[in-house]
Amino acid sequence: MHHVSAPTSETLGSFMTRTSDTTAAAEITAEPLVNLDVVDATLRAALDAGGEWAELFAEDRESASVVFDEGRVEEMNSGRDRGVGIRVTAGEVTGYAHTSDLSAQGLADAARTAAAVATRQLRGGMVDMMSLGGAALAEPRVAVLPASVGTERKVALLRAADDAARSTHEAITQVTARYGESRRRILVANTHGVCAADDQVRTLISVSCVASGDGGLQTGRETVGYTVGWELFDDHDPAELAERAARRAVTKLAARPAPSGEVPVVIARGGGGVLFHEACGHGLEADLVRKGASVFADRVGEQVAAAGVTLVDDGTMGPEWGALAIDDEGHPTQRNELISDGVLTDYMWDWLRSRDEGRVPSGNGRRQSYTHLPMVRMTNTFVTNGDIDPADIIADTPWGVYVAHLGGGQVNTATGDFVFGMTESYLIEDGVITEPLREGNLIGNGPQVLLDIDALGNDFAMGSPGTCGKDGQGVPVGDGQPTLRVRALTVGGTAA
Amino acid sequence: MNGRRQYDTDELAQLARQVCEHAQGSEQIEVCVSTGRSTTVRAYNGDVESLRSGHSAAIGVRVITDGRQGFASAGSLDDDVVADTLAAARRNVMFGEPDPHQGLAEPDDVLPPGLDLSDPAVLSVSDADKIAAAIDLERRCLSADPRISGVRVAAWSDGWSQSALASSTGICVQSEHGSCSVGAQPLATDGDETQIGYAGDAAWRPDELDVDRVVTESTSLATGQLGASKPPSERVAVVLAPPVAAAFIGVVASVLAADSVLKGRSPFADRVGEQIADERLHLVDDPTDPTTLGAANFDGEGLAARRNALISAGVLRGFLHNAYTARRSDTASTGSAVRGTRSLPGVGTHAPVVATGDIAADMLYASIEKGVLVRGVSGLHSGVNPTSGDFSVGAWGHRISGGELSEPFREATIASTLQRMLLGIGGIGATAERLAGGMSMPPLVVADIALSGV
Repeated sequence: MHHVSAPTSETLGSFMTRTSDTTAAAEITAEPLVNLDVVDATLRAALDAGGEWAELFAEDRESASVVFDEGRVEEMNSGRDRGVGIRVTAGEVTGYAHTSDLSAQGLADAARTAAAVATRQLRGGMVDMMSLGGAALAEPRVAVLPASVGTERKVALLRAADDAARSTHEAITQVTARYGESRRRILVANTHGVCAADDQVRTLISVSCVASGDGGLQTGRETVGYTVGWELFDDHDPAELAERAARRAVTKLAARPAPSGEVPVVIARGGGGVLFHEACGHGLEADLVRKGASVFADRVGEQVAAAGVTLVDDGTMGPEWGALAIDDEGHPTQRNELISDGVLTDYMWDWLRSRDEGRVPSGNGRRQSYTHLPMVRMTNTFVTNGDIDPADIIADTPWGVYVAHLGGGQVNTATGDFVFGMTESYLIEDGVITEPLREGNLIGNGPQVLLDIDALGNDFAMGSPGTCGKDGQGVPVGDGQPTLRVRALTVGGTAA
Repeated sequence: MNGRRQYDTDELAQLARQVCEHAQGSEQIEVCVSTGRSTTVRAYNGDVESLRSGHSAAIGVRVITDGRQGFASAGSLDDDVVADTLAAARRNVMFGEPDPHQGLAEPDDVLPPGLDLSDPAVLSVSDADKIAAAIDLERRCLSADPRISGVRVAAWSDGWSQSALASSTGICVQSEHGSCSVGAQPLATDGDETQIGYAGDAAWRPDELDVDRVVTESTSLATGQLGASKPPSERVAVVLAPPVAAAFIGVVASVLAADSVLKGRSPFADRVGEQIADERLHLVDDPTDPTTLGAANFDGEGLAARRNALISAGVLRGFLHNAYTARRSDTASTGSAVRGTRSLPGVGTHAPVVATGDIAADMLYASIEKGVLVRGVSGLHSGVNPTSGDFSVGAWGHRISGGELSEPFREATIASTLQRMLLGIGGIGATAERLAGGMSMPPLVVADIALSGV
């Protein structure tokens, strides 16, 4: 079971800001995370101990968050993590050792530990080492590093959001505003000659509101986050975000119970990319496919979705939340078309699974941190535009549910059954959006839902940032789609 | 700069105390430090697929000055990192805003339960034995039923951790313990159809792991779903299998934490002393039972962990508190601060326990004319709103008709509110099932839940 949830400042990481006020310029001239001579010696140690292939992954992560609650700064957190993971393979066996001891000795010990596992039975041959270098440094692709911005400005943003939410409506009784920033620098090198670095900066703000009314409490939440720096706030006004969250909570005070059973569902643009993340994205991950744990195994070349449906996973799509220059195995990310006009064209691949298939990786090998083994993960996953005016899709729906905003979801990849939460939805009656509905989950079967898409709008948009969880590892992902309609999804409401 | 330094828990406590001694004037400092090591083995196709191991260290420093709080953490105990972390926490204080109730826990006169949880048994398991355990788990799943076609994950994990917490208010506690776990995700195949099951167990000692249950439960969940269909939409009685009951009770317990109550985010605020559940429901949080992994001598602020009654005969007895929520509510901490080294203490349960009821296992379905046994749920994180109490989650299991279990169902949801569900409890099983981590839970019968399918 895999799931996506909205990121919080916690899942963004709880790491520390730098202790000195370094600037972006100063950072760029810094040393590689691990001296390249040490990288070389560590990889050699792994091969000397019998490994066939070895990889060093170094990570330096710093983050900070501010939580504004009950009208004041409640939490001010910062965190810092640095470490290295060494992966050694021999045949089908992988050994992995991680350490926060970055000395040459500490890394050599980890290399030997990982190799000892991988080489229980095999005595590997030496592989020619490439000469490392060149790409071991990366610049942050942001205009302003968030850590270089004074904390008082971050607090001011949250205060503005709090004020805006509270003044939106008298029913708003609680507001929590969170700011989070993270900077993750990585260096990846392996004995096949990969040597690459990336500097990933993400900035996020979210506002959660509680509205109180006769019917009890209702909540509304809005999140904006991108793989950018402080310039996030050039284009996004926290006050507007807060008003949207507040209005969502207030609207739901008047909500009636959602229907129960199979209903035509129209999903607003950008609000439902998570549907594809769950309905088929996970099922197209090669590690699950290879173990027979995906309903999409052995189906390349087949019609798996309605005509017109094109599904893409694109890690190059800056500045979206799942954007990366390289994946966590050092391979450049790329645009991978997974479903073309309804036909399954390819899966997503990491190094290990592509090695076994004799093909190149697709830039989808990711890991949560240096303590984790990489596996196949999505980046930014989306369905491209159709050609219908979204207004026509609604007008053409006699009765159904209009989902303006989705929460997280979860999928069973073996069956394709998936759920996701409707955090803002309305009834459609006679082609018109009418009453707001209470929260509920939708449940569907991925392969069936892909075939049941009977209208695809021309208004593509990416959605809110998400954190995708798989086997206990969380990574940032993006998703998106145009307004679309699914002929029938089961709405898990309580109304008869 | 020495990341390889090994600490024993006395040295960790000494390190934590030393940092606290930097407190100046009215400043309060609390320091949590920990070290750990862990190993995870995965088996596939009769061999080890991967073995991952590593050491970790962490420090979390909380500073409170005049009601303003700052926190910083780092993944190292190197001298310079420790100093930097204290400095960062102090810097963070400058931007905090005063709250008269903010402050560290003060020692109270409650004695800790005195549990000996530092059983060294996991330390004697060799890598070869861990690999063998994972391979054996895969093999046993494959041979449990001819329809088991593969095992996506068969894993062994273990860890050993040491931690200490000290504060400038005079608290200094330490703990050291190991634990181990196994988990399996077998696949069952029949024709074109594949179903996946999952079960796991975790324990203080390797010989306490119930591998038989993991094999039986995970494979029967997978095979039991073969041929499942979508049920009709209707209001039915629901039997929550013990793992599902535990998941719901966990959600209920979380909304009885005082922080969500104080902030107007709990549907049970102002309900203490009232009937919020059927009178058969008794819910306590009991960290003093050493057989569960939730057992603890101290909470996340170093106060004695203790048994707290939350719901007795359906009546809400009170909320769980840490030092902050207690001060703000003019009451005492219930020893319910929960935290990791790298995070601020929140409020939560250690080990929630529901008292068994009076329905014999063989009579569980007897009185249900039309209903479902829910063996698994999905989307709990997205489908439960702990503020409004509304829930709607994916569900699968077996249908119940005429008092007996019948065919499996899938691709359905169950929906209600936590408030209605608690009052609608129509029976509690007489036999509790031991779940992963030693938690015990009886099945719960709940009337009138909306089942959505076709």
